[in-house]
Amino acid sequence: MQPTQTQGPDYFHKVVDCQWACPAHTPVPEYIRLIAAGRYTDAYMINWKSNVFPGILGRTCDRPCEPACRRGRVEDEPVAICRLKRVAADNKDDIASRLPSVPQIKNGKRVALVGAGPAALTVARDLAPLGYEITVFDAEAKSGGMIRSQIPRFRLPEEVIDEEVGYIASLGIDLRLGQRIDSLKDLMGQGYDAIFVGTGAPRGRDLDVPGRKEAAANIHIGIDWLSNVSFGHIDRIGARVIVLGGGNTAMDCCRTSRRLGGTDVKVVVRSGFAEMKASPWEKEDAMHEDIPIFDFLTPKAFTHEGGKLTGVVFEKVRAEYDAKGRRSLVPSGEPDQHFECDDVLVAVGQENAFPWIERDIGLEFDRWDMPVVDAVTFQSTHPGVFFGGDAAFGPKNIIWAVAQGHEAAISIDRFCQGEDVAQRPAPGVEMVSQKMGIHEWSYDNDISNDHRYRVPQLDKDASLKNVRLEVELGFDRELGFREAERCLNCDVQTVFAEPLCIECDACADICPTDCITFTANGDEDDLRSRLKAPSPNHEQALYVSSDLKTGRVLIKDEDVCLHCGLCAERCPTGAWDMQRFTLEMTHAGQSCRTR
Amino acid sequence: MTYIAKPRLHHPNLTPNALGFTRRDYEGAVSTLCAGCGHDSISAAVIQACFELDLAPHRIAKLSGIGCSSKTPDYFLGASHGFNSVHGRMPSVLTGANLANRDLLYLGVSGDGDSASIGFGQFAHSIRRGVNMTYIVENNGVYGLTKGQFSATSDRGSKSKKGVINHDTPIDLVSVALQLGATFVARSFSGDKAQLVPLVKAALRHRGAAFIDCLSPCIQFNNHAGSTKSFDYVREHNEAVNRLDVVTPRDPIHIDHEPGTTQVVTQHDGSVLALHKLGDHYDPSDRVGAMTYLAQKQALGEIVTGLLYVDPAAEDLHDALGTVDAPLNSLNTAELTPGAARLQALNASLR
Ligand SMILES: Cc1cc2nc3c(=O)[nH]c(=O)nc-3n(C[C@H](O)[C@H](O)[C@H](O)COP(=O)(O)OP(=O)(O)OC[C@H]3O[C@@H](n4cnc5c(N)ncnc54)[C@H](O)[C@@H]3O)c2cc1C
Ligand SMILES: Cc1ncc(C[n+]2csc(CCOP(=O)(O)OP(=O)(O)O)c2C)c(N)n1
Ligand code: SF4
Ligand code: SF4
Ligand code: SF4
Ligand SMILES: [Mg+2]
Repeated sequence: MQPTQTQGPDYFHKVVDCQWACPAHTPVPEYIRLIAAGRYTDAYMINWKSNVFPGILGRTCDRPCEPACRRGRVEDEPVAICRLKRVAADNKDDIASRLPSVPQIKNGKRVALVGAGPAALTVARDLAPLGYEITVFDAEAKSGGMIRSQIPRFRLPEEVIDEEVGYIASLGIDLRLGQRIDSLKDLMGQGYDAIFVGTGAPRGRDLDVPGRKEAAANIHIGIDWLSNVSFGHIDRIGARVIVLGGGNTAMDCCRTSRRLGGTDVKVVVRSGFAEMKASPWEKEDAMHEDIPIFDFLTPKAFTHEGGKLTGVVFEKVRAEYDAKGRRSLVPSGEPDQHFECDDVLVAVGQENAFPWIERDIGLEFDRWDMPVVDAVTFQSTHPGVFFGGDAAFGPKNIIWAVAQGHEAAISIDRFCQGEDVAQRPAPGVEMVSQKMGIHEWSYDNDISNDHRYRVPQLDKDASLKNVRLEVELGFDRELGFREAERCLNCDVQTVFAEPLCIECDACADICPTDCITFTANGDEDDLRSRLKAPSPNHEQALYVSSDLKTGRVLIKDEDVCLHCGLCAERCPTGAWDMQRFTLEMTHAGQSCRTR
Repeated sequence: MTYIAKPRLHHPNLTPNALGFTRRDYEGAVSTLCAGCGHDSISAAVIQACFELDLAPHRIAKLSGIGCSSKTPDYFLGASHGFNSVHGRMPSVLTGANLANRDLLYLGVSGDGDSASIGFGQFAHSIRRGVNMTYIVENNGVYGLTKGQFSATSDRGSKSKKGVINHDTPIDLVSVALQLGATFVARSFSGDKAQLVPLVKAALRHRGAAFIDCLSPCIQFNNHAGSTKSFDYVREHNEAVNRLDVVTPRDPIHIDHEPGTTQVVTQHDGSVLALHKLGDHYDPSDRVGAMTYLAQKQALGEIVTGLLYVDPAAEDLHDALGTVDAPLNSLNTAELTPGAARLQALNASLR
């Protein structure tokens, strides 16, 4: 193999698994260290800059970082990255003085944002401090998008939304709530320099099976029902509830039902339990609240009597896979099952809908009736119109909406400054040695042996009585500290300097996870077969040195390195150094521009 | 030294041996030696060898004298018996322990100062008596622990870190061991584990006095230009006569046997040593030949490494003394006090 090129942002960024996996590339280990140091406000601000909604995300994030976390590869469970974010949010001081200042004199550019969900609010936050005049339109009376309308209060208290949405509202933006945009053409006629569409995926899929119309009074579309609960229009449901679907919405529907009078709540899903779209922890939470999940059942008909729903008939199916591994659900031949119920919540998917965008204004739609949007710039085929969040590529989640918001803001900034939007700014990177003494480092390299801590929860009986009572209590400072200590500091990189190495083997001998091998060079597969420990994870890089004095090379398998720094401590010549790698995404503003 | 303990977390795919232990289970406390010390690599080789041989840690006794090298038993086999004796006295403590309990596996660890100076006599007698043990000298040419004075294995003409030239004749412990009748003699280098690990394994499976002289650079006091025990010098002058594979009786015997180049030796316990020749016509069963060869190469300034001599049919001290088969601590009162009649018979036989 060729010697590894560690210059440029990517090599070391990829080693920081969590940061690499985070759509907004939040500097995770850095904020976790700050939490361990009790510097909650600093930890919060790092998050605020990257992901805009730390208190919200610390309770609700889909956390793509956690399955990526290296800790999960060396022991049972990853670091509770998401819930640590909440520790920063819960314990921070007033941050008002740390918010960006908004210039009195504007830059003369006006931008309209349609929707006040996380995507559009991110765009607003990035652009308002630069002097853009921002107008946000949302059909709802309150801002926050689905964060406010869909996510139940027992997972996310309203104060947290008010606070974090409030930071953005305070940046001098013109927030026009209760104002639905019915025509993009009209809006385009109002002289804005750019328009951002962040209207989400607002339509819940329905189920067209016999009995749907007759029993309509007790069959509800999940996301509509949830927003009605959120906004206080609905406060009860029948005792026996069936929730159809296996995603996040289904999980929120069933848990909400339990709090509004549902005593016998079931989730029924077409797929197998393991393939459900809901995250494992969501399923766990539902089952903890005595909600059974029945799988491999396809709804066939709603049963009703005298115009009133009485239950649902299901066909039992099983999964079959074709040669390409594609799944199809085929009838199992078992007798149909009838489940009785008083209400049904349909949570079988969400769709985009753009009835308010005219199709003759130079903005192309594809054959699925989705706007044609560039995956990097988020620009539509109409140069001044940008998309982001669920409106761009279908329903995802908050952190993706935020990440796309940042990218769209960069595009809008460059577009308004007359620059090519296709040219993207590089992230800012920095490497700093952590060496303080012969075996002293400016990070805590002593690896904790603790297992993942569970977030304390409110007593179940109390929590099921009130739909607005938050279930999770969050880590307190002590638990937060201990969980933070589980972080392996993957951003503190092992950096190797060939000319200094005398090939004494000390690093290879001490390494607790057998990452280091000195051997003859070869191609990647060959090398992976000759390392000190098996190296099956091709996703993780091999760090290959140039030729050493004996003609061999040093290979470090990044896969399960604990970043303990023992290699560097045992190295007599300082050929290994532990260096903190900082990567900060470039957002809209001077540093994203060419001129 | 390092302040933190080595993390308990290990590679998820570490394979356990026949006893269910991983290599990590054979480790000891974290080393307090200088970073980069050759001795730490020898510790790693001992760990690897014991792991690969499926040795039960509690059936091993590790003994040492004084010196950086003699400190190392603390850094491996944390679950084994250990005795850190006084300077140069490891061989007699080991001999005594071995006589008392012949069932344990004895690993003596020493330094060139410990064995070639103050303990030279002890070293010599344990070898010539054929004590069943593995005796490793971690040879760095200096007294590391006392800050780098020349030891008795330092070559004449080699230069100390301060620039002083050694004028004394060196003791070559390998030659001495051969002369004194050691039945397994090897030399290796801490920087070459591919060679060292099989040698340690073979020595541990040898019955009789097995001696390994392992060059082990002192990174602090003897790794400079002008030293003949530095990484660079040893790498440049290393002449390996063979490469060794050790096959234990449990493993299926499968040796890539190139005729004329591989020699197969079966030891007393059934372990098979497959010796792949590297040197032209080196024969490790020829004691006198080995001594001659070593002397010739030494005159040329070359460091001969590999398995230099092995006598697979060797006897040990217990055989010579006709001691009881069982460890002394397992003998009961009746066996220890056979009665007045037996005493009288014994006395009578001596009159
Ligand atoms: C039940 C449920 C639970 C969820 N739970 C989570 C979770 O725990 N974690 C997570 O990360 N994600 C979750 N999500 C997904 C997440 O809410 C969305 O992905 C995210 O809010 C999308 O953000 P957005 O800014 O693209 O749009 P949205 O949040 O959908 O905001 C769009 C806004 O645009 C407004 N709007 C739409 N059309 C117009 C118009 N024509 N004129 C004016 N305003 C308009 C809407 O009123 C809305 O306020 C959940 C979704 C649902 C349905
Ligand atoms: C009876 C006695 N004499 C002298 C010493 C001082 N002393 C300690 S270690 C040592 C030499 C050790 O040299 P070596 O065995 O080569 O070990 P190294 O440190 O080089 O590994 C000496 C002379 C002592 N501890 N005890
Ligand atoms: S930091 Fe060094 S010693 Fe520690 S796990 Fe990584 S490679 Fe091994
Ligand atoms: S410890 Fe340092 S000098 Fe020794 S082999 Fe490792 S990198 Fe090279
Ligand atoms: S002084 Fe020399 S022998 Fe002793 S620990 Fe340091 S490097 Fe090793
Ligand atoms: Mg010495």
